[in-house]
Amino acid sequence: MSRRGAVPPRRRAGDTVSVLALVREISESVPDPELPMLTLADLGILRGVSADGGRVIVSLTPTYSGCPALAEMRRDLARRLAAAGLHAEVRTVLSPAWSSDWITAAGRRKLAAAGIAPPSPAPYRGGPVPLTLTPARRDVACPRCGAPGAEQTAAFSGTACKALYRCAACREPFEYVKEI
Amino acid sequence: MGFDTAYEAIAEEADDGHRWAFGTGFTDPLAGVDTAVPEGVDGADLGAYCLMLGDDALVMSHRLQQWLARAPELEEETALANIALDLLGQARLLLARAGAADGTGRGEDDYAFGRLEREFRNVRLAEVADADFGGLIARLMVFSAWRLALLAALRDSRDPVLAAVAAKGVSEVAYHRDYAAQWTVRLAGGTDHSRGRIAAGIAAVAPLTGELFAVTDVERRLNAAGVAADPPALRAEFDAVIGVVLAEEDLSWPDVPALAGVAGQAGRHGIHTEAMGYLLAELQSIARAHPGATW
Repeated sequence: MSRRGAVPPRRRAGDTVSVLALVREISESVPDPELPMLTLADLGILRGVSADGGRVIVSLTPTYSGCPALAEMRRDLARRLAAAGLHAEVRTVLSPAWSSDWITAAGRRKLAAAGIAPPSPAPYRGGPVPLTLTPARRDVACPRCGAPGAEQTAAFSGTACKALYRCAACREPFEYVKEI
Repeated sequence: MGFDTAYEAIAEEADDGHRWAFGTGFTDPLAGVDTAVPEGVDGADLGAYCLMLGDDALVMSHRLQQWLARAPELEEETALANIALDLLGQARLLLARAGAADGTGRGEDDYAFGRLEREFRNVRLAEVADADFGGLIARLMVFSAWRLALLAALRDSRDPVLAAVAAKGVSEVAYHRDYAAQWTVRLAGGTDHSRGRIAAGIAAVAPLTGELFAVTDVERRLNAAGVAADPPALRAEFDAVIGVVLAEEDLSWPDVPALAGVAGQAGRHGIHTEAMGYLLAELQSIARAHPGATW
């Protein structure tokens, strides 16, 4: 849907299924303030849209415990729904914890197109956590030139979810979304 | 009306006028989460336990934030800021959980900004100031190795909120521990000077380590109820991890006595070091000078 001046499709009053579909459609379109090329749906943090009695419930899960983007996305979501004459209660869902594996295929393509390398598969975090004494050896391809074997220059970057890499071929630095 | 990005929404001042920056105007981090206290669990105990774990994260986060604009490299400053942010997020969830469990209905800000030093339940390891980057890395390594073992154990807690916060925290603290462990090895294997700094850092934190594995009455009762971790049971994993890191460059763990408490009491009982008062003065001064202010 277009973002500005969106006109909700005509629905029959009391048509719960249509309302839920519309809330879902609007919820999915909310962008991440830190990674604006990604929407809530791309990130995989929209955990469900449901009806509870007369109320519409939108369930979101935070990416990192301290990521301030979630608060912004909640507000933006409420704003967009209000603009379409809708209201939904936004609930936080903590379990299961978000994993970078939930970033969709479309989300990964958008990240790469924006020069940010998408994450490798997340490690299993159910049992003992192995210690890593050398910088992470991931097979990260450069999102600019496509060359494999980029080297990590820093384990953290401008947001909680990213690390810094440098391409071995074109020497360009780029960000990488960490697997978690 | 809709907005293309959240920044745009802020710039247009379309909100309620109480905000001036990205990330402010916080809402309850547990909004919509079922915070009922599990059957057979004492709510006051659960609240007290969440304060312990939340205060560890809050106070450690504040110490890390003090490194901003002081770290040796921009990359390290970014790393420390991100680690501080992760811990602050964990603290927010845990303090909010405390208020929902202990029946007082207090929010995260009430706990963070409205309590006196004696009411903070963090271990003293979290509050001490770092002499230098080597001291910071040694302290962060010990803190992260211990907290990771603790959170890993809590993934099976009978309190579903605590279990969820712990499961999420494990993934985050795993990165913190790797960061501190890798820097420990680099400093130890660098110059005589850098090796001396990390060795001094380890010597400084060693006396604060025993307290991490002591048990309070609250933990004893909650462990029996299947909610809390058993602190002494975390020691084996902690020793194994620290042992691997130190062995990499042949560092050794100093044989030093534990820092004394007062009549057997320490951080978990609200008995802190001199550093704590200064830390809280900085953390709380704005909130105390302008109670209830919003921005």
